[in-house]
Amino acid sequence: MRIEKHPILTFEKGEIVTFTFNGTIYQGIKGEPIASALHANGVRTLGHTHDKNRPRGLYCAIGNCSSCLATVNGKPNVRICVEPLTDGMVVTQQKGRGVLKND
Amino acid sequence: MIKTDVAVIGGGPAGMCAAIEAANAGAKVIIFERNSSLGGQLVKQTHMFFGSQKQYASTRGFDISKILRDQISQNENITVLTNATVIGMYEDGVLTVEHENKYKKVLPRATVVATGASEKFLPFNNNDLPGIYGAGAVQTLMNVYGVKPGDEVVMVGAGNIGLIVSYQLLQAGVKVNAVIDAAPRIGGYLVHASKIRRMGVPILTSTTVKTAHGTDCVEGVTLVKLDENWKEIPDSEFYIPCDNLCIAVGLSPLTELMWQIGIEMAYVPQLGGYVPKSNKNMQTSRPEVFVAGDASGVEEASSAMVEGRIAGLNAAAFLGFKNSETDSKLADYFEQADSLRSGPVGEKIRAGLKLAELD
Repeated sequence: MRIEKHPILTFEKGEIVTFTFNGTIYQGIKGEPIASALHANGVRTLGHTHDKNRPRGLYCAIGNCSSCLATVNGKPNVRICVEPLTDGMVVTQQKGRGVLKND
Repeated sequence: MIKTDVAVIGGGPAGMCAAIEAANAGAKVIIFERNSSLGGQLVKQTHMFFGSQKQYASTRGFDISKILRDQISQNENITVLTNATVIGMYEDGVLTVEHENKYKKVLPRATVVATGASEKFLPFNNNDLPGIYGAGAVQTLMNVYGVKPGDEVVMVGAGNIGLIVSYQLLQAGVKVNAVIDAAPRIGGYLVHASKIRRMGVPILTSTTVKTAHGTDCVEGVTLVKLDENWKEIPDSEFYIPCDNLCIAVGLSPLTELMWQIGIEMAYVPQLGGYVPKSNKNMQTSRPEVFVAGDASGVEEASSAMVEGRIAGLNAAAFLGFKNSETDSKLADYFEQADSLRSGPVGEKIRAGLKLAELD
């Protein structure tokens, strides 16, 4: 799902890192948004709604709409369309509204 | 408490230009940018801009962003705070900011609000399925991160954004099965429409979405024809497969901060919804608060940049940073704004701006 050839743009390859989403291991480019890395792996369903359990994906991809909230390294309600990917990240689909832990 | 002459909220085309003008006039400026770098939505604009040389015509959006970023990094009067979200704007002029997980307070003497806009949505059955994305999201995925939004797209909206993004999808090697629009004619420039038609993409007017289909992701869409009263024509439904339904039905100004501080607002459909009332200097009903770009009414990036320059110059002048060039510069920017909004294509914007005029 990555663009191979483009008439105007060149995309730097970047450092490949490994992360998990709901326990499955994926690879992505360090620093790209988590949702972009998932999308490149064909994962477009990022969560489910609280009440009706309907599948949710991203909508705006710039951090406006909160359609893509997920839990990242234990922290809930992270907008994964703008959160940069780092090596070893543990991303999970969020159930309910999420609980904030005390620091 | 952080103190500054001018706070610019938002580092997109309008905010960057406002900061440059205010700083060149002698004001100390801080730009607050929510993302990790400046540029706003310019960074995903791969097309060459229109307008005149002064508005970077024939330069691609992401290159304009680089030009402005370089000017800002070389300007000693400008401080840029990235990963900094302004979350409150208060009656006493204080801004509250979340910056790198810290809560900070800022007291500027004048503020330029350049917060941009968010994408509008469309009501239809199953419109919440993954794979139904705003046109801006599609641009971000493919033009900034090099990821295809899908393999087969149906584009909803034949305005300039819908047409330009369709062309960009084709450039990225994605199939565009159709561009549809509920209106009876194409809203965007014919030069863009002809380009994608030549590449074999049908543009279907008087057509809207009835239902999206799919279980985990969108797999196809049922469309329906509309009559001259925008009512569905019975038995005119038809199905087109797609794994990405792209919604390009306009933008709404992001005005929350201005509501919070009690700025006078007006509902102006031509400008995308509620907008702050402003005078030609981009000054709002709070004299120390200026506005620019899509937050003042949705247009496009060229006029956002000109508005930014007007707002920045005036914010500085309001604080006494005026010089022999201020008036001639302003006259030039007013003329540029007028020319961008001239002719039949600017008619809607001109009518909208009249309604948003501050008495």
